[in-house]
Amino acid sequence: MASNFEPRIVVFACNWCSYAGMDLAGTSRMLYPANLRVVRLMCSGRLEPEHILYAFKAGADGVLVTGCHPGDCHYISGNYKTRKRIRLLEQLLAQFGLEKERLRLEWISASEGEIFTRVAKEFTEKIRALGPSSLKQEKMFAPLISARAAGGGGD
Amino acid sequence: MGKPRVAIVLGSTCAGCDYSLLDLGPTVLDVLANVELVYWPTGADFKLSDLESVPDGSVDLTLYEGAITNSDNEELAKLVRRKSKAVIAYGSCACFGGIPGLANVSIADDIMKTAYIGTWSTDNKRSILPQPLSKVDSKHLVLPVTYDTIRALDQVIPVEYYMPGCPPPLSYIEQALVAALSGKLPPPGHVFASERSLCDECKRTKEKKNLTAIKRFHEIIPDSQRCLLEQGILCMGPATRGGCKAPCVDNNIPCRGCMGPTPEALDQGAKMLSALASILALDQETGVSEDRLIPLIQQLKDPLGTFYRFGLPKSMFRRVIPRR
Repeated sequence: MASNFEPRIVVFACNWCSYAGMDLAGTSRMLYPANLRVVRLMCSGRLEPEHILYAFKAGADGVLVTGCHPGDCHYISGNYKTRKRIRLLEQLLAQFGLEKERLRLEWISASEGEIFTRVAKEFTEKIRALGPSSLKQEKMFAPLISARAAGGGGD
Repeated sequence: MGKPRVAIVLGSTCAGCDYSLLDLGPTVLDVLANVELVYWPTGADFKLSDLESVPDGSVDLTLYEGAITNSDNEELAKLVRRKSKAVIAYGSCACFGGIPGLANVSIADDIMKTAYIGTWSTDNKRSILPQPLSKVDSKHLVLPVTYDTIRALDQVIPVEYYMPGCPPPLSYIEQALVAALSGKLPPPGHVFASERSLCDECKRTKEKKNLTAIKRFHEIIPDSQRCLLEQGILCMGPATRGGCKAPCVDNNIPCRGCMGPTPEALDQGAKMLSALASILALDQETGVSEDRLIPLIQQLKDPLGTFYRFGLPKSMFRRVIPRR
């Protein structure tokens, strides 16, 4: 694997707990990798599986979904929906041939800036070890085209 | 102005779409009397040269059936694009890849090996596979090249209209033909189907969605009045475009999603996944542990094949990551 590979990670954070937890990490001057791009949502339940697929298609090497701890959801049950969706999505991604470690779900409360920085570091190192996502479209289609150049290519 | 010139062409298709045209009954005779058929090889004795010989842009409407699975399909698609003023992606295969699109879980070489060597009923001791080019005596024999990635029609050529369904519903076939005959085709991009989901036209009683088990079709005889999804049978209705008037669910068969994603959806499978996961163990979701959740989810044997049965080539990822 190329040693200069820097993972691109998309983080989805709920407004009430996880984003506040990340804010706490920032205001407390805690250090975490710059590989994360955070998208704030009102609730992790707002996150549609489509958004996760879109992030992977757009070139994300990993996706981290964060929400309030069970029982703490600002909207009562959004995080329970998210948990079920992520567990089912893991099965689907495995069928698509993507390593399931590239998608991670974590509960982070507003006071857990430290936990966020630990998760961020761990996850970034995990993705760095896995290497670039093979879902990047040019990687997925290009070698197949050259292999079948005789007929004008598969795509 | 003469009669509208119409061509009906076949890509990778089972020709079930052709049968749907015959379902028009005696109306088909009226239609045939009022159009000039340029090319329809399944309907009459047409040769490809008949289509090749007409001037470019002289065909008013072309119905293209089937997915693009090989070089032959691609050449034909590009030919009809050149010859036609308007092209309809006719049927689920042309619209989103359809059943042939499921080949995107594999690659061409593996499919060929399974079909020509691996199957039980095949006797192929010398392991001969079809070759794009083979030399017999002094002659060269040519076969189309099968692609690794199956595509929908609009991934190969620009398409004016879409008519999804396996096969497309009769009412929309009539609507499109009447529009073509009167020269009043809708603006390009129009989809001949409903703008709402299948559940909108399903007549079953919907009460409370709470799935405690996902049942396979042979495991229960479903109640014919209640929502199939509520009974634990995976019905693609919530994530599928309506317009077919729900003939499958009327006959106690769950929707398989042939009408494709609803208008605003980016990915039919992800939408269904979201809907299904939301109602799993809904009444006890606060207490459901991972130990209980995972076996419940694993009752769904083949998420990819179920969610993307008709639409893998037009899904977000378009295909499974090829193993190399």
